[in-house]
Amino acid sequence: MTDKLDKVPGPAATPPAGGLPPEAIRAIPVRHYGRWVSGIVVIGLVVALAFAFSQGNVRWQTIPDKLFDSSIISGMLSTVWISVCSMLLGLVLGVLFAVMRLSKNPVTSTIAWFYIWFFRGTPVYVQLLIWFNLALIFPLLNLGFYKDEMTQVMTPFLAALLGLGLNEGAYMAEIVRAGIQSVDEGQSEASHALGMTQTKTMRRIVLPQAMRVIVPPTGNEFINMLKTSSLVVAVQYADLLRAAQDIAATSFAVMEMFIVASIWYLALTSVFSVGQYYLERRYARGSLRSLPPTPLQKIKANLSRFSNRKAVA
Amino acid sequence: MTTPMVKAEGVHKSYGAAHILKGIDLEVAPREVFCLVGPSGSGKSTFLRCINHLEQINAGRLSVDGRLVGYRQKGDKLYELKDSEVAAQRKDIGMVFQRFNLFPHMTAIENVMEAPVMVKRESKAVARARAVKLLDRVGLGDKGGNYPAQLSGGQQQRVAIARALAMEPKLMLFDEPTSALDPELVGDVLDVMRGLAEDGMTMIVVTHEMGFAREVGDNLVFMDGGVVVESGHPRDVLGNPQHDRTKAFLSKVL
Repeated sequence: MTDKLDKVPGPAATPPAGGLPPEAIRAIPVRHYGRWVSGIVVIGLVVALAFAFSQGNVRWQTIPDKLFDSSIISGMLSTVWISVCSMLLGLVLGVLFAVMRLSKNPVTSTIAWFYIWFFRGTPVYVQLLIWFNLALIFPLLNLGFYKDEMTQVMTPFLAALLGLGLNEGAYMAEIVRAGIQSVDEGQSEASHALGMTQTKTMRRIVLPQAMRVIVPPTGNEFINMLKTSSLVVAVQYADLLRAAQDIAATSFAVMEMFIVASIWYLALTSVFSVGQYYLERRYARGSLRSLPPTPLQKIKANLSRFSNRKAVA
Repeated sequence: MTTPMVKAEGVHKSYGAAHILKGIDLEVAPREVFCLVGPSGSGKSTFLRCINHLEQINAGRLSVDGRLVGYRQKGDKLYELKDSEVAAQRKDIGMVFQRFNLFPHMTAIENVMEAPVMVKRESKAVARARAVKLLDRVGLGDKGGNYPAQLSGGQQQRVAIARALAMEPKLMLFDEPTSALDPELVGDVLDVMRGLAEDGMTMIVVTHEMGFAREVGDNLVFMDGGVVVESGHPRDVLGNPQHDRTKAFLSKVL
């Protein structure tokens, strides 16, 4: 939208037909003294904070030294891996339980209600510990066709996946339910009137429209997941925080390693925020008359404007 | 004698305590343009929605082209149809809504192609070719790539008509198709409907457009309070109403 406005010369630039252009207003702007004062105060506080850190006993050189340490990188990749897997499990469970919750069948909707109630109502840390210690009450896993010792089955990865994924599923179920309910009833009526079954209506008409409501909070959930996944230290999963702590334990650079971990967490959440922007744009199709330009398109538009100007000159 | 396209016998419908339809009897012949008029709350839209089973009736019998809507009769017992069977019945009944209900996440042409591809399993090429023809027919041949939000109300409603026609229905239901439109856009939609009538489509039209009913309609029913008050040729009912209730209503809208 904005770049369109930039391209078209404003109507004010063309003089009105049959009259002289009105004289442009030249007034003395209001002085905002308050803005100056508050700006100076905030800068002062930031400088004080930076000074305090510079005086602190921080071995700054450790941070760039360890930032790309191979164990940190593999820990970071593990964090991404467990977050993505848990989020996928959460998404699948979320859609499943949202549909169950909205179904006319009282059994499935009640079961879904209890699932959401339990997994949303207990801390994820406790859930992780429960999965990890399942061997204490079920030493043997016997599924009939498969039998093994629980300690063999419940690896740190599986405990982390179940703990994070099942918890996420409960939150996603509520997000998906809100999304489905936000779609106008006329949409499913129109789809039914065309001869589409309930399943096709849900898949082709309702869910794609619900996505517009579902994607923004889901992006939030994923960014939360990247951070919450640091709790998997509790189940011996070797994630980013664990790698940082391991190095801290041997090198005694405790705070430095927490800063390294924070830098990586910030980098990850920033990257995925950009991805979320493009995903939201994709699902805004049809709801806006024209899509907002992507940052890349904005840059391109500006560049081409620039080269046009040069050509004219 | 030919089977009527729609046959209603003693149709009742209530929502909880609200008794909306109180025994509707009527027949719609094939190739007929059948108009339903009446004050709001008279049950005409509800009756229309019963015809394609968007609403379930509570008593009576309602059939389309000789087949009961939503049920199967064996002996003297009625069996509810499965979701897929109801969907199969609806394939042959097109419906146009007051609020258009186009799918906003699809372009105009995708809206028209959706049901043939998903329901009839047509190839995209075949569905697209027909969609192009239908959009042309409703005067929107150049708007296929537009999303509904980029179209005016009248254009959206014409896409909705094309979408319903894409299933090649034998019956079209119109639920106040021009009530949500600016007055100057009504004409285009009515023109499309007039063309359909000339081609011999069986149509049931709930409308407040008395001019259209008089000119295009073959039959007109005036409903009030969930019953049919008066019926006959539109010229007779609109020009020379017999019932006081009809007279009172028409004096307000004409």
